[in-house]
Amino acid sequence: MLEAQLEPYSRLRENLAARDRSLREKVMSLEEAAGLVQDGMKVGIGGSTMSRTPMALIWEIIRQRRQNLSCSRCIVSTDGDLLFGSGVSDHIITSWFAQGILWGLSKVMRHHVETQGKRYEEWSHMGVGMRLRAGGMGVPFLPMRAMLGSDVMRQRPEAKPIDCPFTGERLLLVPALNPDVALIHVQRCDAYGNAQIDGLQFMDIDLALAANKVILTTERIVSNDQIRRHPDQTKIAFLCVDAVVEVPYGAAPHECFGIYEPMLKHMDAYVKQVNADPVKGMQEYLEKYFYGPKNWNEYLELIGLEELLEASQRGRSIYND
Amino acid sequence: MTEASNYTASEILAILASRQLKDGQVVFAGVGTPLLAATLAQQLRCPGLTILFEGGVVGAFVEAGKLPPSTNDQRCTKRANMVLGSADVLLLLQRGYVDIGFMGGAQIDQFGNLNSSFIGDPAAPKTRLPGTGGGNDISSLTNMIVAMKHEKRRFVEKVDFITSPGFIRGGNSRRESGLPAGGMFRVITELAIFGFDETTRRMRVLALNPGVSREEVQDNTGFKLEFDANLHVTEPPTTRELQILRQLDPERLFTA
Repeated sequence: MLEAQLEPYSRLRENLAARDRSLREKVMSLEEAAGLVQDGMKVGIGGSTMSRTPMALIWEIIRQRRQNLSCSRCIVSTDGDLLFGSGVSDHIITSWFAQGILWGLSKVMRHHVETQGKRYEEWSHMGVGMRLRAGGMGVPFLPMRAMLGSDVMRQRPEAKPIDCPFTGERLLLVPALNPDVALIHVQRCDAYGNAQIDGLQFMDIDLALAANKVILTTERIVSNDQIRRHPDQTKIAFLCVDAVVEVPYGAAPHECFGIYEPMLKHMDAYVKQVNADPVKGMQEYLEKYFYGPKNWNEYLELIGLEELLEASQRGRSIYND
Repeated sequence: MTEASNYTASEILAILASRQLKDGQVVFAGVGTPLLAATLAQQLRCPGLTILFEGGVVGAFVEAGKLPPSTNDQRCTKRANMVLGSADVLLLLQRGYVDIGFMGGAQIDQFGNLNSSFIGDPAAPKTRLPGTGGGNDISSLTNMIVAMKHEKRRFVEKVDFITSPGFIRGGNSRRESGLPAGGMFRVITELAIFGFDETTRRMRVLALNPGVSREEVQDNTGFKLEFDANLHVTEPPTTRELQILRQLDPERLFTA
């Protein structure tokens, strides 16, 4: 069970030393950016549940038919279904895995975990957070006080209970998580990758610091001047970022704070279809929405203007009063 | 107070759960019944109640008719006092800022352990459930109120898997496992209100819901229940409680 999951500190430093951390333009196409994710990589996914999911990147990675990705995210929604159902990933590290509380259990997750041998590696929500934070801090572990005594801990030999050397108390050490690449969707960033995030930031700051490579998708690219006017709003600095892709509605059908709420009609129809038949229903969904469209805009057209507008109206309403 | 005559099982669940909260408390709430109950308490009796969400929200304000679909959506943040990273809001639990954790439950046992991970043998599960989310963190680090449907298959002697720890194997086993703080405080169902014995840490019935008999509670429970010496009958929901609750969830997303 205990895989070589900890990257040696020397390699983490070497990887970082080799990255071009200068203030330079990194804008590229979705295809090019998804090409930075290679078979077998550890992929950290930003956002949480139905919020700021880097869906366009996941969409393109699935279209490029990557294999054996080991993915991690604090809480997984339909993105987890799609990663398992398309065959790009056989291992997902997370704390909660279903389509959303509104829909009950994911039949797609159940099918792949119960009968196809795919792994849903469960940590507590804070456990995922402390693993990414340790990764971002450049230390091999962090101590925490949850998970102790539970079967969640007993299923995770990678986590080590210890007696604190200062107090003698029981603590749990959780290992650092340093993804090979992080996928993060934001409201806006500049061409250098200075990213400003509105609303909930989830674990994205730790994720960006922990990963060996960071790909940002953004609702819009703004000027560096605009970033410099409000540097306090910058949550991810350019020196962590390797690629920037402008993708409007890049989290659809999930939400992006202040811009659009989840596209619930699409989500309802998706859940109905894949839960009715997690193999055929998923295949048909992927054919229609993932493999079929020529580009991201065509995918959005399939979701439909009416639904995009309605989701945008709800999304923007947060600033109305 | 006027007594209400017609209410659903989910409604009495939310109302009784809301009565467990006290003004001034800091409550870490899950979505659905817990959030409804916390908001109901806030509007009726506890204006100083602070609601936290694991998505990273401190001091949430929930609008009637606009319940968030999860604790990680933008709706959770509207008119909140602060948003934090999700690891940081969970760390408030570890530091001790939170009085009550408030969640739903899929399966619970006599010591208040909750399972939301596996039905059957975890090595070859009959059903893989969604998992802990923040449930394990909340139940490990603070006092818990659980609101759940009362069914025999949900109230079992021993859960298949401890996702969120209650009193583990009873007695001092929670503390000995490295969890010195918190523990299961109350379980609320449509049949009764439960607490836990100070010494054995076994679940016991503190109060029966209106019109419910001891036998009915026992018949719907998969282990032998103890009844508190001061067992009483809960006051039924008032029309006021029901009215506010229905305003909060007009589409009956969580109270059908």
